[in-house]
Amino acid sequence: MAYSEKVIDHYSNPKNVGTLDKGSKSVGTGLVGAPECGDVMRLQIQVDDATGVITDAKFKTFGCGSAIASSSLATEWLKGKTVDQAMTIDNMDLVEELNLPPVKIHCSVLAEDAIKAAINDYRVKNGLEELVFEEKGVH
Amino acid sequence: MLKFPIYLDNNATTPMDPRVLETMIPYFTEHFGNAASRNHPFGWEAEEAVDYAREQVAKLVGADPKEIIFTSGATEGDNLAIKGVYEMYASKGNHIITATTEHKAVLDTCKHIEKSGGEVTYLQVKEDGLIDLAELEAAIRPTTILVAIMYANNEIGVVQPVKEISAIAKKHGVLFFTDAVQAVGKIPVDVLKDGIDLMAFTAHKMYGPKGIGALYVRRKNPRVKVTAQMDGGGHERGMRSGTLNVPGIVGFGKACELARLEMADDAARLSKLRDKLENALLQIEEAYVNGNREHRLPHVANISFKHVEGEGLLMGFNKNIALSSGSACTSASLEPSYVLKALGLGDDLAHSSLRFGLGRFTTEEQIDYTIEQISNTVHKLRDMSPLWEMYKEGIDLNSIEWAHH
Repeated sequence: MAYSEKVIDHYSNPKNVGTLDKGSKSVGTGLVGAPECGDVMRLQIQVDDATGVITDAKFKTFGCGSAIASSSLATEWLKGKTVDQAMTIDNMDLVEELNLPPVKIHCSVLAEDAIKAAINDYRVKNGLEELVFEEKGVH
Repeated sequence: MLKFPIYLDNNATTPMDPRVLETMIPYFTEHFGNAASRNHPFGWEAEEAVDYAREQVAKLVGADPKEIIFTSGATEGDNLAIKGVYEMYASKGNHIITATTEHKAVLDTCKHIEKSGGEVTYLQVKEDGLIDLAELEAAIRPTTILVAIMYANNEIGVVQPVKEISAIAKKHGVLFFTDAVQAVGKIPVDVLKDGIDLMAFTAHKMYGPKGIGALYVRRKNPRVKVTAQMDGGGHERGMRSGTLNVPGIVGFGKACELARLEMADDAARLSKLRDKLENALLQIEEAYVNGNREHRLPHVANISFKHVEGEGLLMGFNKNIALSSGSACTSASLEPSYVLKALGLGDDLAHSSLRFGLGRFTTEEQIDYTIEQISNTVHKLRDMSPLWEMYKEGIDLNSIEWAHH
């Protein structure tokens, strides 16, 4: 299977690889996937408590090139968005931007799940209720 | 000068040796006859060429030329052997013994047999990939007609104790079939010394052309018969109808002759290169060899690099190095290698594996480059692996409740 140029670019020069302080109240961490399934993504957001804007985002991913690219692109999109805006990021937008083939759609779903998990972690830390998201069911 | 891409996937297929191609060419144009045409020189030439190639093929494996049935490849050979024995010996029994690490061409054929009323025992392998001989013997029933165990495994290169297996089968009056695709032409295989009754092998894994293979069917002690799986002109002693692929057969013959003459030198050279590669890669932290390292093909290595995913790893260098992985992502099924799982490897290690298949045209320079590229990519990917970070922090990954999907 040949990869799209955008996947190769994110794989070769991943954006925002790293770790934020998961103990901090202004950091939300989402860890999704499982080693047995061949992909694990950890996505973190740093939120400005006053404005609700995501000022930084970091990821680490165990997975194929498409999983790495999906999480790298997701962190790019998250930065500068408010938490509310971030919730609207849809996995199919990632699929389109990266030209993912059908067999790799689950990578984008995982990235969307990671975003939502990070948002929920941030919300819970800050005394807000956890949001319930609809299952995508493409795994 | 290194030329890219470097090919290290010789278990999948091998490049054709130019000497093989040269031998084949006249049989496409000048000597194009049908080997079954008995009444003119075109047919005679083709038949002569086939006879000669049959001798070359037989000689490599210690068989009589009459015991060689040409097929389209090993998938056909596997099907013909297993289904052919099942049908031919139906009055004797309906039970077959095989192993979980066999090639799909054997496993799926056995599933087909089960659907048509047969019974199949799938032996588990030990964690080094070898079968347990006591378990094999214990699995034999009065209705057992065939033991089907591969000679050497395509993913991990592990070589089964074929002589011991055949002795057990013989003791109980059961036929022994082996898929020897990865072994023939790479290590000495002798159907008499090894006690093999039926054996499938193919040209394209030994520097010959694709689309031609052979099934060895023993003619003496015991005389083995298989029911044809294709009806037609009764070629190949009635066991495999279809006009003979003369250029393919000629090429297969030449490939077998070259293998017979050069196998020992190739194996000695390749095992040195393989060991160099393996030892260098094992210097990387948390890298493990999969399968038995002693009973193994000289040119094969299968290594897992913990906490990096195989396809992601391949992507780091696959423009320049052709390799395969046991990762799910390299197959359509999203399931990691069933062979590695059969060794008891967790799915995570199966996902993290690379298979190296060196070959006749592999050079030391290529191996040095490969070592460097893989080491760099493993380190790069571990820097972005959350699992590696947790491992380094001393977190037990098994203690985490993963969201399985």
